[in-house]
Amino acid sequence: MAQVVVVTSGKGGVGKTTSTAALGAALAQGGENVVVVDFDVGLRNLDLVMGAERRVVFDLINVVQGDAKLPQALIRDKRLENLSLLPASQTRDKEALTPEGVERVIGELREKFDWIICDSPAGIERGATMAMRHADAAVVVTNAEVSSVRDSDRIIGLLDSKTERAERGQKMPKHLLLTRYDAARASRGEMLKTEDVLEILSIPLLGIIPESQEVLRASNLGAPITLSNPASPAARAYAEAAKRLKGEQIQVTIPVAQRTGFIGKLFGRRAVA
Amino acid sequence: MSLLTIFRRRDSAPVARERLQVLLAHERAVVGGSDLISVLQEEILAVIARHVHVERDNVQIKLDRGDPISTLEIDVEVPSMLRGAVFGRG
Repeated sequence: MAQVVVVTSGKGGVGKTTSTAALGAALAQGGENVVVVDFDVGLRNLDLVMGAERRVVFDLINVVQGDAKLPQALIRDKRLENLSLLPASQTRDKEALTPEGVERVIGELREKFDWIICDSPAGIERGATMAMRHADAAVVVTNAEVSSVRDSDRIIGLLDSKTERAERGQKMPKHLLLTRYDAARASRGEMLKTEDVLEILSIPLLGIIPESQEVLRASNLGAPITLSNPASPAARAYAEAAKRLKGEQIQVTIPVAQRTGFIGKLFGRRAVA
Repeated sequence: MSLLTIFRRRDSAPVARERLQVLLAHERAVVGGSDLISVLQEEILAVIARHVHVERDNVQIKLDRGDPISTLEIDVEVPSMLRGAVFGRG
């Protein structure tokens, strides 16, 4: 049965779009039939991170409003044939996302795919509530930093009240994805500890993604990191998180700070070109 | 980290710059209403619709916005005409 997963956070810039692309690609690399859906109407970026920005003809709003059929708007990934993208509109506003239209589109996607990964916009407005509305599970993307944790707590509250599942009286499975994790800063006590974030938000941990230059490189190239550099620690962390999302039991490894010598610092500090 | 990966890493920013330049040039044209590709797409479909009834399901549009060349591929399944109506015989 199809699984609709919303990738959400409340706060912007924590890594929702990167995580949507990476988890979607990782599931597809594992043989699942996947679509990633951009709900950030007016400020789409998932197309850019997926490297499909030149190929957008129709978008989610066109399908919601009946101006285009779903198959016409879906963009198949050039690297993985079982991975597709449904882009957001760049020129319309979020009011165009009608609840009936979104429900119909999600219903059609459920018939075509095993996994429907919805990339939520930041904030708690219509785009975000529409993205989570029909979800069967949620990935809450959080940085180990006070404002991100606070916003995640707010989003968890909305997931438990404003979704179809919540209204039916069902529990919404929620998973914490800790992103941009800097092991060196964590070891120096400059970041909230993983245990602290888990204790405060009290939802199970899906994975810890280390802060990595490879993530930036992946967006520059327009490829999900699990495709652009599958051997990198961040890509491995995403691949494991995707397996956990499928229900596999794998222990989460907390990234440890690597001792860097002079040469390591030299290269480690260099801004990503 | 091998030397090769160090050099390879340097490549990603120019790629990002080029992708953005192409994308933004097209997006500004779309917002400004002067996007040739969108105009062509609409007018071509309108011309076809004037002559034959085309089901929307039977139209596939593929686009690749590039610099200096974009490609617009419109694939329309036109219902086959009755024998008597074939051009040149009427």
